[in-house]
Amino acid sequence: MSSPATVSRPDARTVLVTRRFDAPPAKVWRAFTEPAIVSRWMLGPPGWTMPVCEMDVRVGGTFRWRWQNTETGVEFGFHGTYLEVDPNRLLRNSEVFDPGTMGGTMGGEAQIAVTLTQVPDGTDVSTRITYATGEDCEAAVSTGMTDGMEISYQGLDRVLAA
Amino acid sequence: MSALDRRFAALADPTRRAILARLGQGEATVQALATLAPISQPAMSRHLKVLEAAGLIEARIDGTARPRRLRPEALDELTGWMTALRDAFEQNYARLDALLGDLPSDPAETRPAETRP
Repeated sequence: MSSPATVSRPDARTVLVTRRFDAPPAKVWRAFTEPAIVSRWMLGPPGWTMPVCEMDVRVGGTFRWRWQNTETGVEFGFHGTYLEVDPNRLLRNSEVFDPGTMGGTMGGEAQIAVTLTQVPDGTDVSTRITYATGEDCEAAVSTGMTDGMEISYQGLDRVLAA
Repeated sequence: MSALDRRFAALADPTRRAILARLGQGEATVQALATLAPISQPAMSRHLKVLEAAGLIEARIDGTARPRRLRPEALDELTGWMTALRDAFEQNYARLDALLGDLPSDPAETRPAETRP
């Protein structure tokens, strides 16, 4: 059975999120790499939709995610390039925060590495977010803490999570 | 910079983290803190100023001494951020749990059931 995600900051410019899923790596991989599936769960808090979810999952391919608040119309997103694609094991990509009409900053470009590890009762997913500098990490963290937090970080997280 | 920015920035320095770790065991005089790192008195004063401006520590007035101590509520806010981030992830992951239950295994992947005990 899954237990809640754990979040840690192994060093000044890294955020690490881990979580176990009750499904084999092949299934989890699909859920993280097929846009039609990603857009069904990477939605963040209630009230947000994901009108744009484009993912060309191959090395050098790009992705573009955008969320919109159904009440206020506020939008933000992430985009980036896939750097490493090892099916059922590892997805690594660059990621840039697009503040859209929401505002805030996430620092500069970040690198996201999602690692899948098969365990007896499922799959461990670790999402490592590495910023170029500790300052960028602070910027991302503080954007997260203001009212954009739930949203932007979820975006990031899921994404990462994704 | 927001208060939280200042807090995380204050934590980004190893000497300041050492000061906080020491103060986590109880209040300490500036002289006692000076033994934590081979730095000058002015440098130590600057570190303490950064930590005070970030709201992480405070000075208590004790006669002519000004022992420093932690402000626990400030650290609560920092761990609060971690909790908020975890909750944010968890909302998505809970949805993903439900979805994985319904998701057919990849057609190419015909042996997932056998790989599990």
